[in-house]
Amino acid sequence: MNREGRPTQPQIATPHMPKTFTGNRALQVAEALIFETGRNDFTGVDLDPPAPFTPRLGGLERKSAIGLPGLSEPEAMRHYVRLSQKNYAIDLGPYPLGSCTMKHNPRLNEKMARLPGFADIHPLQPVSTVQGALELMEELAGWLLKLTNMQAVALSPKAGAHGEMCGMMAIKAAIAARGEAATRNVVLAPDSAHGTNPATASALGFSVRAVPAGPDGLVHPNAVAAALGPDVAAIMLTNPNTCGLFERDIVEIARLVHEAGAYFYCDGANFNAIVGKVRPGDLGVDAMHINLHKTFSTPHGGGGPGSGPVVLSSRLAAFAPVPFLKREGERLSLVEDAEGTEAFGRMTAFHGQMGMFVRALAYILSHGADGLAKASEDAVLAANYVRVSLSDVMSAPFGDKICMHEALFDDRWLKDTGITTLDFAKAMIDEGFHPMTIYFPLVVHGAMLIEPTESESLVSLTLFIATLRDLVFSALRGETERFLGAPYYAPRKRLDETAAARKPVLRWTPPKPVEA
Amino acid sequence: MRYLPLSAENREDMLARIGVAAIDDLFADAPRDALLTSTLDLPSRKSELEVERRLSALAARNVAASAVPFFVGAGAYKHHVPATVDHLIQRSEFLTSYTPYQPEISQGTLQVLFEFQTQVANLTGMEVANASMYDGSTGTAEAILMAHRVTRRRKALVSGGLHPHYAATARTLSDMAEDEMRILPPDPLAEEDLIGALDDSLSCVVVQSPDVFGNPRDLRPLAEACRAKGVLLIAVVTEALSLGLIESPGAMGADIVVGEGQSIGNGLNFGGPYLGLFAAREKYLRQMPGRLCGQTVDANGRRGFVLTLSTREQHIRREKATSNICTNSGLCALAFSIHLSLLGETGLKQLALINHANAVALAEALDKVPGAKVLNSAFFNEFTLRVQGSAADLVERMAARGVLAGVPVSRLLPGAGLDDLLLVASSEVNTDEDRAAFLAALQAEVRA
Repeated sequence: MNREGRPTQPQIATPHMPKTFTGNRALQVAEALIFETGRNDFTGVDLDPPAPFTPRLGGLERKSAIGLPGLSEPEAMRHYVRLSQKNYAIDLGPYPLGSCTMKHNPRLNEKMARLPGFADIHPLQPVSTVQGALELMEELAGWLLKLTNMQAVALSPKAGAHGEMCGMMAIKAAIAARGEAATRNVVLAPDSAHGTNPATASALGFSVRAVPAGPDGLVHPNAVAAALGPDVAAIMLTNPNTCGLFERDIVEIARLVHEAGAYFYCDGANFNAIVGKVRPGDLGVDAMHINLHKTFSTPHGGGGPGSGPVVLSSRLAAFAPVPFLKREGERLSLVEDAEGTEAFGRMTAFHGQMGMFVRALAYILSHGADGLAKASEDAVLAANYVRVSLSDVMSAPFGDKICMHEALFDDRWLKDTGITTLDFAKAMIDEGFHPMTIYFPLVVHGAMLIEPTESESLVSLTLFIATLRDLVFSALRGETERFLGAPYYAPRKRLDETAAARKPVLRWTPPKPVEA
Repeated sequence: MRYLPLSAENREDMLARIGVAAIDDLFADAPRDALLTSTLDLPSRKSELEVERRLSALAARNVAASAVPFFVGAGAYKHHVPATVDHLIQRSEFLTSYTPYQPEISQGTLQVLFEFQTQVANLTGMEVANASMYDGSTGTAEAILMAHRVTRRRKALVSGGLHPHYAATARTLSDMAEDEMRILPPDPLAEEDLIGALDDSLSCVVVQSPDVFGNPRDLRPLAEACRAKGVLLIAVVTEALSLGLIESPGAMGADIVVGEGQSIGNGLNFGGPYLGLFAAREKYLRQMPGRLCGQTVDANGRRGFVLTLSTREQHIRREKATSNICTNSGLCALAFSIHLSLLGETGLKQLALINHANAVALAEALDKVPGAKVLNSAFFNEFTLRVQGSAADLVERMAARGVLAGVPVSRLLPGAGLDDLLLVASSEVNTDEDRAAFLAALQAEVRA
């Protein structure tokens, strides 16, 4: 109470939430679609009509209405700020999505990417006018090659999955160059692989042969040897793997793969665990994509843009796609035509995600070789700290074992509680945390994959762990309501995904006029 | 290190709690020979000020589009982006969120995607659109694969007016997937006979409009001929702004429309990140690649949005997925959507008209220069100029005079015998002074 007798603390816990006239809930404002509030005859951009002239459109003028509402600047500002407030973000709290690597996104990177000398240059303006941009690409490429101990790098892939495609294309080209295109058409992938791996292999006409992981979550050389044959083009292996474990026998697996005449594609989604600690080139890797948006902190932006450069071994370097950089003394240029080279082709119209290259290099220079290794160490340290702090109450599929940058749990400990992994995740939302990755990897029942990253302070980790322990005990005590109805405090309750898929509504359409 | 919150003491405490003596005990599963025991021979960490100095020095060695009279296009266009757009996309909750896997706390991103999909569908004149692709070129390659799935045929016919880098991107994926593709010869005058080249073994025909030489294409007769042969018509638009002034591909009968959306809301960025627009007829929905956002209700019956139809996608379908795509171009799609909602239909049409007016003014002026000739009878904001001698050399000499004049066709099509052709783009950013500078530099070069 203050001096006027006005209550400054809630007197009672609100038993139910009263309905509001607007549907708003204080700071949570219900926000209509722009199509419901905007006007097609209004614009929020001031443009003067051009002086009269004779158009030269060849009779193809668009005459009918398009259906695009316009908003004034204040309306647009409110619309998007209100929408933003319905999103979780790494700037708001821990985002422990295993395998997705939500680390801090430094704003220096944003500032650098917006320098006109990077943001306002055209991919096809004369190379003499973009020497600084090409040097930035060269410098980033140099770092990526030294951090991986590989021979060449293709910078152009637009995202991790696109990088995977690029690496596998280099492998396919190398096999064709050996005259074995007709016979080597199988790609090995463990059951625990990211879905992109089999999807990539199959898009390139390979058939996928599964390699079972052992009961310890690792791929064993004997399983690889059993799957290898003269028909195998490559193995696709993630390291550290999707269970958060370092593939202990990776060097032996690489040896077997090479001995069988195949290539080793490493899915580099988890490279962030080992940067500055282990170089994939020292493990026998032939190709690996690097997710700049995970490992090197370029923002995820609600689902992209990503950036997926691919590093290649000496076995594959010659097949790298165009464009690539060429240095002649002081002058840098771009080789943009595959004709007359061994390049397998082209991945995209231009040179890749320059905006992401600038951000990634800003991150790399900020850390330096020492800071990058320290970041990997802190990420692994944090994951193991979470692991040991929860392993007495949650079940781990492969026992109490040291992990890399992410800690994996399963749902055995939830048996007979009536609560699923999904319910547990939704209850975390009410506590203000973004849930961990759930139901991935597929090989673990009810998987919960926690990746805290190096960006969390000990205070933050401690609260996260205490919260999860409280939820665990609550679940074991049978307080199912806390879970089954969760989230209670999010902008929306659980959404009906089945209805969304059964009768898809993918765009706004004007309401049908009411008949008189 | 400013980004790492753990102190040395924290680290010691945490190691003790884990029960290991040293950090490298956590890396014990790495092969002993491969674990680096000392720091790599690379520069060590730098302060924010030092990084700014280094990167600013690199940026200063490039000529920014806004610093000179600028007429470079060919698939990426210089436009003015309202300040509001860049401010909003830097909101933490948009910039630093992940793919909306937990829809209850991602309604902001999801509603934006729903609005984006509606905008793209209306802009292209199609029934449905996805939540974006990496860019126009990869979207084109994916559209061809989609047509193969729909028609169960595996041969594509590609117009000679398709941007050569798009064609090369599509050809690479097609060759690798062991599909067939026929790319017609470069076609600066839009004279090719696509209808005559159709047959019922084709899954699709890919046509860009305006094409890479700037010619708007009337797709209607081709669409009709395609329908008769069961061939899908894929229309490609590399300058999204043209849709404000030119009849939509959907209205002209296209089955799939792919576009590069960079022009709206996004900067040049030396080629990326951009965003691919991808729209199709609803009956092909389940063969579409990429993310889709759909409307639904929550447990209390309130409207909400979710990612949907994920049974097409790699994380569910694995080797049977419609595409290996995992991410979209979320933040670029947000920028596109904000800019377009500021423009609205009225502003979009006006902006497109200004672009066209500026390009017409430039074309008419250049056409009068002795030795220069505009090849196009019709165009939007880009046209092909025939010059005397090598257009590539001319561009370098004009750059030395402080004018970035365009893209020599030989850069896109080396060895095609089109060395005297120059692609020239003009948008709302070009002033009368810019045009005068172009003209003066060209006249000086002609005299030289």
